[in-house]
Amino acid sequence: MDVSELTFEEAFHELEETVRKLEEGDLTLEESIALFERGMRLAEYCGEKLDKAELKVKQLISSLKGEVEIAPFEPS
Amino acid sequence: MQIYKVSQITRYIKELFDIDDLLQDLWLEGEVSNFSRSTAGHIYFTLKDEEAQIRCVLWRSQAALQPHLPQDGEAIIAHGHISVYEVQGVYQFYVDTIRPVGVGLLYLEFEALKSRLEAEGLFASERKRSLPPFPHRLGVVTSPVGAAFRDILNVLGRRYPLVEVVLAPTPVQGDEAPDGIVAALSALERYGDVDAIIVARGGGSLEELWAFNDERVARAIYASPVPVISGVGHETDFTIADFVADVRAPTPSAAAEIAVPDQQELRSSIELGRQRLEQAMQGRIAKWRADLEEERSALRRLSPRSMVEGYRQRLDDLTERALSHLRHRLTIQRERLRGCVLQLQSLSPTLTLARGYSITRHLATRQIIKSVAQVSVGDAIEVQVSDGRFGGVVTDGCE
Repeated sequence: MDVSELTFEEAFHELEETVRKLEEGDLTLEESIALFERGMRLAEYCGEKLDKAELKVKQLISSLKGEVEIAPFEPS
Repeated sequence: MQIYKVSQITRYIKELFDIDDLLQDLWLEGEVSNFSRSTAGHIYFTLKDEEAQIRCVLWRSQAALQPHLPQDGEAIIAHGHISVYEVQGVYQFYVDTIRPVGVGLLYLEFEALKSRLEAEGLFASERKRSLPPFPHRLGVVTSPVGAAFRDILNVLGRRYPLVEVVLAPTPVQGDEAPDGIVAALSALERYGDVDAIIVARGGGSLEELWAFNDERVARAIYASPVPVISGVGHETDFTIADFVADVRAPTPSAAAEIAVPDQQELRSSIELGRQRLEQAMQGRIAKWRADLEEERSALRRLSPRSMVEGYRQRLDDLTERALSHLRHRLTIQRERLRGCVLQLQSLSPTLTLARGYSITRHLATRQIIKSVAQVSVGDAIEVQVSDGRFGGVVTDGCE
């Protein structure tokens, strides 16, 4: 799966897993290079995700009919 | 007649107190007087009403746990047990909990609800769910105008801005608060897309926090399909909501901290991951390089060039050996040949002829004549002697 399609959590876990595999696994040169490159991309991507993140705040509004709608949070 | 010692009978009286269930666990209401604190830190006072009084002791260790210590003239509710102080021959109330009367009643209510819900299993540790380590969306049940929500947003923004906050606004004090909190939890449940919920309220008086001791709130938290973190009041405030929640945080900010990972730690982990990747890769490359060098030298050892050289040498050897063998054979053959020639020479008729013998042949047939029967008178013959031949004719028989 392309790194850019992962959530932060998925990318972070895959990074941990990739490090583990590269450290322990019995791998061919090609496999190692592929893992290494993938891992570096994941690390890059996780960092970017954190850099770009901005806390999003929404609020629920219950209508009279009991339905729940979501709206941006407006601090009063 | 049995005569007892004072200590014996006093111990007997004390035992009567100590086996009595009521005296061992009771709440007592009264007015405080003669309040004093000993140098050791223990507190002594008298609790009285219009008709009676009782001596009370609050040990230092218990006193430290009380949010509020009474003054003379104050009406309180106290919990503890009654026993006998043998040295002075008095019975006393050993207090472990003190509440002002107003609050005290609330407190009794609280205790009653707490025991009931606990017995029902609402606080059971085995039903506490663990929090998602990387929540995508967090529900927050609190007042949109309180400091609590601001604190929560600050903490979440600093620690883990990847999370999305969904506020379910509700009053958090007053008569509408319990229903409001229940409705907010139910709205989040219907919205359905949050990984965990923070139920929070900033610090306040016991009365102000009271909504979080409401049974409906407790049951709504219990029924939440996702884990709930409570962050109500200050460090020292414990509410029923705290007991039911999957995780209790001492304050709203602390609830936010518990709810999400810290990006500083995540960044360190990511950086560490990157370093480990590089080290692992370098290690692998170094190992392959060493392996390669080893193979290369093995290859040199086994290369065709060295094989050819080896063969060439062997070929040389073999050729040499073949030649010397051949030479030897030749010498032997030559020797034999000479022997044969000598033998041949010894058998040759030439030498016999030289000794005076001759060979006689029919001139016509060239047959060597070995018997008289082979010839007739008049046959032409040829006689060979050592130095030549001459002709003749058979003239006569000698018989």
